[in-house]
Order: sequence, then C-alpha cells, then structure tokens
Amino acid sequence: MAAELHVELVAADRSVWSGEATLVVARTTSGDIGVMPGHQPLLGVLESGPVTIRTSDGGTVVAAVHGGFISFADNKLSLLAEIAELSDEIDVQRAERAFERAKSEADASAERRADVRLRAVAAR
Amino acid sequence: MGAQLRVYKRRIKSVTATKKITKAMEMIAASRVVKAQRKVAASTPYATELTRAVTAVGTGSNTKHPLTTEPETSTRAAVLLLTSDRGLAGAFNSNAIKAAEQLTARLEAAGKEVDVYVVGRRGVAHYNFRERKIAKQWTGFTDQPEYADAKAVAGPLIEAIETETAEGGVDELHIVYTEFVSMMTQTAVDGRLLPLSLEEVAEESTAKDEILPLFDFEPSAEDVLDALLPRYVESRIYNALLQSAASKHAATRRAMKSATDNAGDLINNLSRLANAARQAEITQEISEIVGGTAALSDATAGSDK
Repeated sequence: MAAELHVELVAADRSVWSGEATLVVARTTSGDIGVMPGHQPLLGVLESGPVTIRTSDGGTVVAAVHGGFISFADNKLSLLAEIAELSDEIDVQRAERAFERAKSEADASAERRADVRLRAVAAR
Repeated sequence: MGAQLRVYKRRIKSVTATKKITKAMEMIAASRVVKAQRKVAASTPYATELTRAVTAVGTGSNTKHPLTTEPETSTRAAVLLLTSDRGLAGAFNSNAIKAAEQLTARLEAAGKEVDVYVVGRRGVAHYNFRERKIAKQWTGFTDQPEYADAKAVAGPLIEAIETETAEGGVDELHIVYTEFVSMMTQTAVDGRLLPLSLEEVAEESTAKDEILPLFDFEPSAEDVLDALLPRYVESRIYNALLQSAASKHAATRRAMKSATDNAGDLINNLSRLANAARQAEITQEISEIVGGTAALSDATAGSDK
C-alpha cells in the first residue's frame, strides 16, 4: 500500500473533511504547493483557491478554501480556513449568479469568493 | 359564588397562564443550550489546530509582532464585555457586568485608562443608562453568534491594539465573558487576550509533553505570524461568544425553571385558600338554613299553645 497522510480540513465553525490521502495540492501566497507523505514540516499561508485532495482510495476531493493556513507535521496535514466548502456542497447556479452580481457591482472580494467556488466546481 | 372565592379563582387562572409561558420558555432555552454546546464543540478543532500553529511559530522562531510584544509601560487598556441581547436570564448579565466593573476598577487603580467595548443590548443599556462612554458596541447576534460576528468584533480591537497609544490606541485587551462550566454552573471570567504571550499559548497546547517539529515557513515566519495572530484572536473571541451564548441559554433555563416552580407553589397556595373560602361559604349557608328552620319551628311551637 502506498504511503498516506492524514488530512483534516477544518473551517472556523465545523470540521469539513477528514481522511487519508496520498497528495494534497493547495495554493499558498508564494505559489502552488503539493504535499505528499513524508514532506518536511511545513506551515504556510493559503490564498483563496481550490484545494485538491487525492484520497488513498483513488478518489479526488476538491474544496473551495477562502484564506487560511496549511500545516503539516508527523504525516498529519491540517488545512485551516475561515470558510471552506467541498465542491459537492457548492450550488453552481448560485455561485454563478453571485459572480455576475459581484462583477456588475464591482465588489472585488465577493467576485473572488464566487470565482474560487466556480473554480473548485470546475476542478472536480 | 362568593366575592372572595371569585377573586381567588381569577388569580389562579392568571398564574396558570404565566406558568404555561415560563414552562415553554424553559423548554426552548433547554433545546438552545444543547445547540449552543454543539456549536462550541464544532468550533473546537479549528481552535486547537490554530493554537498548535501559533505554538509552532512561537517556538520555532524569534519573530516579534505588535500583538505579542509587551509594551514597557502600558497606559491604556481595552475591555471587551460580552452580555446578551435579551434578559430573563437571572443574574447572567449582572454577573458579567459586575466582573467587567471590577476589572475596570482594577485597571484604573493600576493607572490605566480604560476603553469599554460592549457586545449585547443588556450591557449597552447598562452603560448608556449610567451615561458612561462605550468605545464601540455590537448587538443582535448574541443568541446565535456566527464566525463573521466574531470577525466584526475582533477587527476594531486588533486595529486599536496596533494603533500607537498616543493616537488613541490601546496597549492591552481584556475580555470578560461567561464561561460555560456545566449546565448548572456558569461563571463570569476575565482574561487578558492581548498582548499574547506565546509561552502561555505553548504551555496550554503542549501539556502532553509533545515536542513540536521544526517547521518550514511558507513564505516566512513573519508573514505566517502576521496572518496567524489576528485569526487566533478572532477564534478566541468566537469561542467566548459561543460560550457566552450557551451560558445565557442555561441561565434562562434555570431562571424559567424556578419561575415555573414558583408559579406551581403559588397555584397550590391559592387553591387551598379558594377551597377554604368555598368551605366557609358552605358552612355559612348551612348555619343560615339551620338558624332559619330553628326560628321557624320556634315560631310554630309558640302558636300551637
């Protein structure tokens, strides 16, 4: 069996996803980073963006993460985010509507949030 | 029905109606406590992970940050007081306000100027009534606080800490809230939130003799700390808001339970009094009848002779 790492994806008010994975790709402020089992201890600041988790049973979990941190130590990876949603939970139509509305109102942060959601859905 | 009896009957009816209301409020509060407790539990993983991360930065680097550096002389302090929007919770709000007053007095005795920040309509009303200054106030979410509310509260406070004292900023931040110990016990506590002592945080989280690995910081320890500390403060405030909400519901439940019990006692006493009044009425009627027949038979006995 391939080596695996334990992932905890937690939002401020709930635990979003946890399980075993073989690879986690996330976007930090200095660029995309991929973490595989045995990576050296790491603590980074996440950008808003989709996070891709390759689970050990071959599936893929994509989540939209709005700011937060990634920390890895002892083969345990934690993704902390104020807001985090699994791509399955995202309502595409609603996100699209929010995206259009944010664009017309020139609300940069709302536009970014909606954009992250849409990208997470596209990546699944 | 006699006048006395009617008065008792009317009072019993009104107390019964009150009892029904307090009973309903008790049950609503009981279900809300459970919900609030669940929310506290749901926010715990985030708080633990965040504490771990702060500890990691604290032990892994010698970075200095405005939120962790102790000013040489602290002259201004902020006190954040968490109360509830609604009353009917026994001594819940007055205990929290009393704790805040004591803390303020203590800080002022130490020669510090105190800015008060208040969450909850009850605390705001208390300060407004006494015409005391509130630096900033928030209301409307104390029953079910969301993370966004904690963010809204934390923002101005962090800003005040980062501002120079001479320009109206503060040197330290204290928080007063009601800790949810158990369903029966909630205590108003105060604590210093900022400046944060990384050693204390480390002690809290590494009680299990855990040795933290040497982390690789991405992009740098300073940047990570910069992003991490405000989140840590927010999460602490969020936790305090949730505990305060849970405590409020527990206090409401208890207050309403004793109100229901009192109403029950009152109904018992009143029905005894009503029974006595009814009995007295009957006794009086009987003696009137007996007296009447005696008088009648006396009268007829006289006419026979």
